[in-house]
Amino acid sequence: MVDDPRAGGPGGGPGTLEPTPGGERDWLRFRDDPAPDEPVVTLDTFLDQSNASSVLIEAGDDVRRLAPVLDRVRLVEIDFPKFRDGRGFSSARVLREMGYEGEIKATGEVLVDLIYFMRRCGFDSFAPHVPLDRAEVEAVLNRYPHVYQHAADAAVPIWQLRHG
Amino acid sequence: MYKYDQYDQAMVDARVEDFRDQTRRRLEGKMTDDQFKPLRLKNGLYLQLHAYMLRVAIPYGTLNSRQMRKLAHIARTYDRGYGHFTTRQNIQYNWIKLEDAPDILAELATVEMHAIQTSGESIRNISADQYAGAAADEIIDPRPWAEMIRQMTTFMPEFSYLPRKFKIAVIAAEADRAALRWHDCALRIVQNEAGEIGFEVFAGGGMGRTPFIAYRIREFLPTDQILSYLQAILRVWNRNARRDNIHKQRMKILVHELGEDEFRRQVEEEFQHFLALGEDFPQAEYDRIAAYFAPPPFETDLSEEIDRSDPDFALWADHQVAAHKAPGYAIVNISLKPIGQIPGDISAEQMELVADLAERYSFDELRATHAQNLVLPHVRKQDLHAIWTALHEAGLGEANLDLVTDIIACPGLDYCSLANARSIPVAQKIAERFADAERQKDLGELKIKISGCINACGHHHAGHIGILGVDRKGTENYQLLLGGSGDEETSQAKITGPGFDEAGIVDAVERAVERYREIREPGERFLDTYRRVGMDGFKEAIYG
Ligand code: HEM
Ligand code: SF4
Repeated sequence: MVDDPRAGGPGGGPGTLEPTPGGERDWLRFRDDPAPDEPVVTLDTFLDQSNASSVLIEAGDDVRRLAPVLDRVRLVEIDFPKFRDGRGFSSARVLREMGYEGEIKATGEVLVDLIYFMRRCGFDSFAPHVPLDRAEVEAVLNRYPHVYQHAADAAVPIWQLRHG
Repeated sequence: MYKYDQYDQAMVDARVEDFRDQTRRRLEGKMTDDQFKPLRLKNGLYLQLHAYMLRVAIPYGTLNSRQMRKLAHIARTYDRGYGHFTTRQNIQYNWIKLEDAPDILAELATVEMHAIQTSGESIRNISADQYAGAAADEIIDPRPWAEMIRQMTTFMPEFSYLPRKFKIAVIAAEADRAALRWHDCALRIVQNEAGEIGFEVFAGGGMGRTPFIAYRIREFLPTDQILSYLQAILRVWNRNARRDNIHKQRMKILVHELGEDEFRRQVEEEFQHFLALGEDFPQAEYDRIAAYFAPPPFETDLSEEIDRSDPDFALWADHQVAAHKAPGYAIVNISLKPIGQIPGDISAEQMELVADLAERYSFDELRATHAQNLVLPHVRKQDLHAIWTALHEAGLGEANLDLVTDIIACPGLDYCSLANARSIPVAQKIAERFADAERQKDLGELKIKISGCINACGHHHAGHIGILGVDRKGTENYQLLLGGSGDEETSQAKITGPGFDEAGIVDAVERAVERYREIREPGERFLDTYRRVGMDGFKEAIYG
C-alpha cells in the first residue's frame, strides 16, 4: 500500500495501465471485465425503461437519482461538454460513494491533464472526443507520488501514511 | 512555522515537473492556448498586458527569512528587481517569461514554496489574520487549521474544475484583520459556553461585479469536523452552480439564488454524509501540525519601556506597532506604502533587509497582510528603535498604517489587460495630496481602496472610501464610493454619484475628507461619521 498508494480501487488503480481486450482505445479502459455494449440512454429514459443497463449522465444531472436502480446499471457514461465544466467529477465520486462498482466512462472534452484526477474520482474508462497520446497519459497518471486526501480510489492519503 | 516533511516536498517537486511538462507541450504546440490557460492559471501564471505575471502562494501569509531571500532572488533574476504583495497575502511578479516559469517554480520548491492554485478556478491559497500566533486578542493560533485545509485542498480530485475561484480565510479573534466576510468561505474560531473552541462559518461572500457579504451558515462547528464541512460546501456548489455564464458562477451567486436557508440545508445534508466517510484528519495530524506553530521561546522579564525621545521614531511607533500577547514584545507593521510609491511594491534589496530583520529580531518570521504591508510578528520592545532605524534607512519607515495614505490599489491599466483605468497613479496622487504627517494623524483611520475595473481586485467595495475605474466613452473615469469596510462590522460601499476624471477624483476625495473633518464628533473615524450621517451628509460637499 505504502509503496504504491495508487494500487487497487474500483476497477483497478489509476496506475494500472495494462491494456484490456475489446474496442480501439482499450488502453484507456482500466477494467478487466468485458465492456458493456448496450447503447446508453439519458437518465430520464433510463429511469423509465426497466431493462436498460447503460446510462448517460449529462452535466447537470443528479446521479443520486440512480440510487434505487443501481443494481441494474452496468455502464455510466459521464459527459464533459467543456473541459471547464467540472460537475462530472462530483457525479463519478458520488456514484462510487453510493457503492456502484460498474464502469464509469468519461466522454466529451476529456483532456490528458484531467485524467489523473478523473481516475481518482472513480472513472475507469475514457472515450475523449480528441484522441490522447498514450505516453502523455502514462506520464500524467504516474506523476504524483502521493495524495493529500481520500477520493474514490484506494489511495492512502499522506496524513494516513504519516500516522501509520 | 510549518515545515515540509518528505511527503509535502515530494508533492511540490512533482508539481514542478508536471508544470514543466505542460509548458513544454504548450511551447511545442501540442496544446492550444485555450487548453493551456487553465493549467497555467492553476500555477499562478496570468497573461497581463505586457508579460506573464506569476503569483506565488504565501500560505496564511506566513514566511521565513530564507523564503523572503528566495523571493528577492527571483525578483532579481527573473523579473525587474521587485515584487508586488497582493490583497490576498501573496506576492506577484509582473515581468515573467513563460519559458522561465518552470525554473522559478523549481527555485521556490527548494524553500518550501509554490504557486499551486494561486489563480484559476481553484481553491486558492488560504488567508489568515496576519497577527496569528502573536495577537493579544486571539483565542488560539488559527494557522494549524489553515495548514490542514491547505493540504486537503491541494490537488483535490473532485474539485479539479470548480465553477470559479474559491477563497477561504481563517481568523481567531473578535477583531477582523482579514476581510473575512468578503471571502467565499470564512472561518472564525470562537469559544462556546462550555469553553470548547469551534468555527463560526460564513459562506457566499465575494467582491467582483456582484459583491456579497458572506452569510453566517453555522454558529459553531467542532474544529475536528472542518474538513468534512468544507467538502460539503464545495460539493453543493460544484453540483448546483451555473456553468452558462462566467459572471454568475461564484458561490456567492448560488447562495444568493438558493437562499441562505436552502443552501445551509443542503450543506448540512452533505456534511452528514462526509462525516460518515471519515474525511477529517485525525487528532494526531492536528497535533503534528500544531507543534510547528508552538509559540517561539519568548524571553521573560523584558522591559515594557519604549524610549520615545526621538520624535520621528515615536510617530512611527505610535502607528506601526500593535499589541503582542507576550509581555515585553510587540508586533511591527512595515509599510509598503511610502508616499508616491506603488502600493505593495518592494525591491529585492528591501526584501533582503526585511529578511535580515526577521532573522535577527523576530524569531525568523514574517507576515504579509491583505492591506499589502508586511509584519514582523514577534519583536522585543527594546529592539523597536533599531528596527525602525534600519527600515527608515531602506525607505520602509513610513508611519501610515490604516491612515489615508495606506492605500490598497490593484495593478490597473498599467499592467492588467482587463482594466478600464489606471489605479496606481491615482493612489500615488492621493498619497501625495495627504502626505503631511500631522494631517494624516488628525484624520485617523481611513481606508482608501482602488480598483481599475469592476473585478474589484483593489477591494473598492470594502473601502471607507472606494474608487472604481470605469471606461466612459473611451476615457478613464473614476467613481467614488463611501462607507465600505472589511473589518468585523463588514459593509459594502455605495457610489456617491457621477464619476470624475483623474484630477477630479483626487479633489473629490479631499472634499469628502474635509467634510468629515467639519462634521465629525469627538472620537469618530471617517467610517463612523459616514454611518451616522449617511450619503446625504456628504453628497453636497462632494458635488457642490
Ligand atoms: C493582472 C492581473 C489580474 C487579473 C487579470 C485579475 C483578475 C481578476 C478578476 C477577473 C477578478 C474577479 C473575480 C470574480 O468576480 O469572480 C478578480 C478579483 C480579485 N482579485 Fe484580481 N486580477 C489580477 C490581479 C490581482 C492583484 C494584483 C490582486 C491583489 C492586489 C488581486 C486580488 C483580487 C481580489 C482580492 C479580488 C476580489 C476577490 C473577490 O471577488 O472576492 N488581483 N481579479
Ligand atoms: S480590478 Fe480590474 S484592473 Fe484591477 S487588477 Fe483586477 S481585473 Fe485588473
